Amino acid sequence: MNALRKGVQLLGLPVLLIALWWVATVNSDNFFWPPLSEIAGTFRETWFTGRFTADVLPSVGRLLAGYGLALVLGVGLGVAIGSLPVLRAVLEPVLEFFRAIPPPVLVPVLMLFAGIGTTMKILVIVSGCVWPILLNTVEGVRAVDEVLRDTARCYRLGRRARLLRLVLPGASPQICAGARQGLSVGIILMVISEMFAAGNGLGFTVVQFQRTFAVPQMWTGIILLGLIGVLLSLIFRVAEARLLSWRNE
Amino acid sequence: MTLLDVRHLRKVYQGRGRDVEAVRDLTLAVGAGELVCVVGPSGAGKTTLLRCVAGLLEGTSGEVRLDGRPVVGPPPGMAVVFQEYGRSLFPWLTVRQNVELPLKEKGLGKEDRRRLVDEALAAVGLAGDADAHPWQLSGGMQQRVAIARAVAYEPSVMLMDEPFAAVDAQTRADLEDLVRSLWKRLGMTVLFVTHDIDESVYLAERVIVLSNSPTEVLEEVAVDLPATRDQLTTRSLPRFAELRAHVYKLIQQAKNGQRPVA
Repeated sequence: MNALRKGVQLLGLPVLLIALWWVATVNSDNFFWPPLSEIAGTFRETWFTGRFTADVLPSVGRLLAGYGLALVLGVGLGVAIGSLPVLRAVLEPVLEFFRAIPPPVLVPVLMLFAGIGTTMKILVIVSGCVWPILLNTVEGVRAVDEVLRDTARCYRLGRRARLLRLVLPGASPQICAGARQGLSVGIILMVISEMFAAGNGLGFTVVQFQRTFAVPQMWTGIILLGLIGVLLSLIFRVAEARLLSWRNE
Repeated sequence: MTLLDVRHLRKVYQGRGRDVEAVRDLTLAVGAGELVCVVGPSGAGKTTLLRCVAGLLEGTSGEVRLDGRPVVGPPPGMAVVFQEYGRSLFPWLTVRQNVELPLKEKGLGKEDRRRLVDEALAAVGLAGDADAHPWQLSGGMQQRVAIARAVAYEPSVMLMDEPFAAVDAQTRADLEDLVRSLWKRLGMTVLFVTHDIDESVYLAERVIVLSNSPTEVLEEVAVDLPATRDQLTTRSLPRFAELRAHVYKLIQQAKNGQRPVA
């Protein structure tokens, strides 16, 4: 009974929306709004006959590489900046400036330096993902409890133990919040980086479909992107729940 | 033998355009194996004193010596139990890991750590809660964990900063007895800061009464109560009442701004 209710809560609205879409377009002869049945019909053929490995996997791979790099950079720099007031005072104005630049505008610039290959796309993803992670880490590190810091000092915890047992776990709720924001930024930038110049990838393929008037296929690409987003955020939630399991349940 | 020696400690907090002299001139000594309580009116700089002794805060002038060596940072062999038990335990570690962490940093082997942690947890009555997380325990139990961590550390001196100010009265009585019994059994040196007059007389061998801020020592009161104390009989002794009244009077004087005669 309880499981049933949960299932309805979870899937009720998506099912309703799909049904609405289905009904609204069932007799559609508008070229740009094909019936959902047609879109669904071409989904398998569009994505699972070669494009999955040719386009989807490279896209997701670049996303994960960029996101991973942003995590390492953001947390690493964030811990350093949050721990050293001098560093923070020096870097803060510069960070504010770079953070304010919308990452898509970097794509043409990065293309000049890094070409149009994988490196450029990963750099674009990093350049957007890193900010929420970095800034949240700085705040998280600064917010580590004073009494806990004193305790660590009194018991003479070394640098390593302070980092691993005090600072990182203490900042982890904030780091997770930043990482979650970073992930959604990353998905956006994954697509954008492929729309400018690319030879494969999800963003590239969707634009390609649109330009060749393969409208149902274009819609499948958008749906697939949505599904990938949902899947990644589910994985993120599981990881977060494990990482923060020490918090009061 | 003097273990902890505070000489002419002075602490001035530099504020914006206004300096606040919290501690003016504090001189006190704690002998090895002694249990000394420090009481004073609220705002008397008790916490400032304790933080200076712990090496968490640098005095403006004067010095603190532990075992003959000047304290410039948290010294080895000193354990601190803070008032805010909920904030001094690592919430991401279990009870056992909390107690064990300082021992790891000391470089003790696995066997030694295990033994010390087990003994300390048994001593505070938490042998069965080693694998719980702090937030699963009541406030009194959390403070027991903090005490176990201090005890397992095998410090030469244990500092306690109003450790029972935030627990309920019954728990407080239990914890007071726990501190007395641990002190007697393990022969530790304890410096216990409190604002509770009864608590100071019940626990201590000697009570140091502070003046109000800027702080000096108003008087030292030797507590000549029997060594074996319990909540019921000790607190109803006429001598307990006398000492309590005496300290109470001193605190009142301190509040009214009386300073020690030079």
